[in-house]
Amino acid sequence: MSRRARLGLFACAGPALAVVLVLGFRGLPAFGHYHGVYGLVVNGVELSLRHATDMVTALNFDLRAFDTLGEEFILFAAVTGVALLLRELRDESQRGSAADDGAHSFSGASDGLRGASLLLVPLIVALGVYIVLHGALTPGGGFQGGLVLAAGPLAALLAGRYLALKRLAPHAALEVLDALGAAAYALLGLGGLVFASIYVKNFLPLGIPGHLLSGGFMALNSIAVGLEVTGAFLLTWTEFLDQALLIRRRSERS
Amino acid sequence: MSFLPYAVAVWLFVAGLWGVVASRNLVRTVLCLSVVQSSTYVLLLGVGYRSAGRAPIVADVPVVSKLVDPTVQVLVLTDIVIEATVIALLLALVVQAHKRFGSVDPADLRPLRD
Repeated sequence: MSRRARLGLFACAGPALAVVLVLGFRGLPAFGHYHGVYGLVVNGVELSLRHATDMVTALNFDLRAFDTLGEEFILFAAVTGVALLLRELRDESQRGSAADDGAHSFSGASDGLRGASLLLVPLIVALGVYIVLHGALTPGGGFQGGLVLAAGPLAALLAGRYLALKRLAPHAALEVLDALGAAAYALLGLGGLVFASIYVKNFLPLGIPGHLLSGGFMALNSIAVGLEVTGAFLLTWTEFLDQALLIRRRSERS
Repeated sequence: MSFLPYAVAVWLFVAGLWGVVASRNLVRTVLCLSVVQSSTYVLLLGVGYRSAGRAPIVADVPVVSKLVDPTVQVLVLTDIVIEATVIALLLALVVQAHKRFGSVDPADLRPLRD
């Protein structure tokens, strides 16, 4: 659509949008005076029923665990779509043998930056693992921790070594990680069907509130999601970086 | 200023939408869409807030303390995941559009042939 057509459409639809926005916002509760009951109930009973102290994770991986299953497969499908869209086309080829490792290093990375960013990799991974495992206790969980975990190998990129990143996180391994995480989450739900006769129902002992092993199967769900998010995001990023750095049209190769 | 979070949400929504409408660059269009989506984060978190409420973490707090609503926070988490995937897919399409048409101006897009 041309820019003029878009502006014209916006000029027509804008006033209608303004009316709908005003009407909609007038119906909202005043800020700070929310009266929803669901959240109140969750805050009140989840500690005694599920022994979890972080209500957001308790909702995500227990009460709404079935919705999270859908959410996880949205992520899975989208990453599959990105990999499909950014595949190597017929008239393209990929550079990047071990021989031209140096050719892909970003210029401008000083020795200090390289050293520091390689040092960052284990620290970021440790933080990610911590956030994934403590989801039921403190703010965190599989989605947040998985993203931090994915940022770990990405620090190798700061060191100016894209191919080092690809060695640290090979494509096939990322695909397996992504699929494994998604499958593990679905299978954990089956565990509920087998041991508690309801799909995605908790079937593990609840533990003592505040301890690392509490909240039943939330920790396992969190790990499954963490694996999938790590794989999914690293896969997406490397697909884009491949496009920018490695994949060239055959005719453009020098 | 009890309406301020809602005003911020409307502002983000309209500013992002305007960016999508007026954009001359597909990457900018995609980023503006993410601005539109971030308005929903502000709106959801604003809706679930209780005055003087604490974060919904029940460790080390007295049982009677007032907590904000965790439901909307879970929805924001879902929202962020969806946004990330949508942005990734759209940017992948932009990469392919640039390969095909040699331009990232939405006005230069043509129907695919062959």
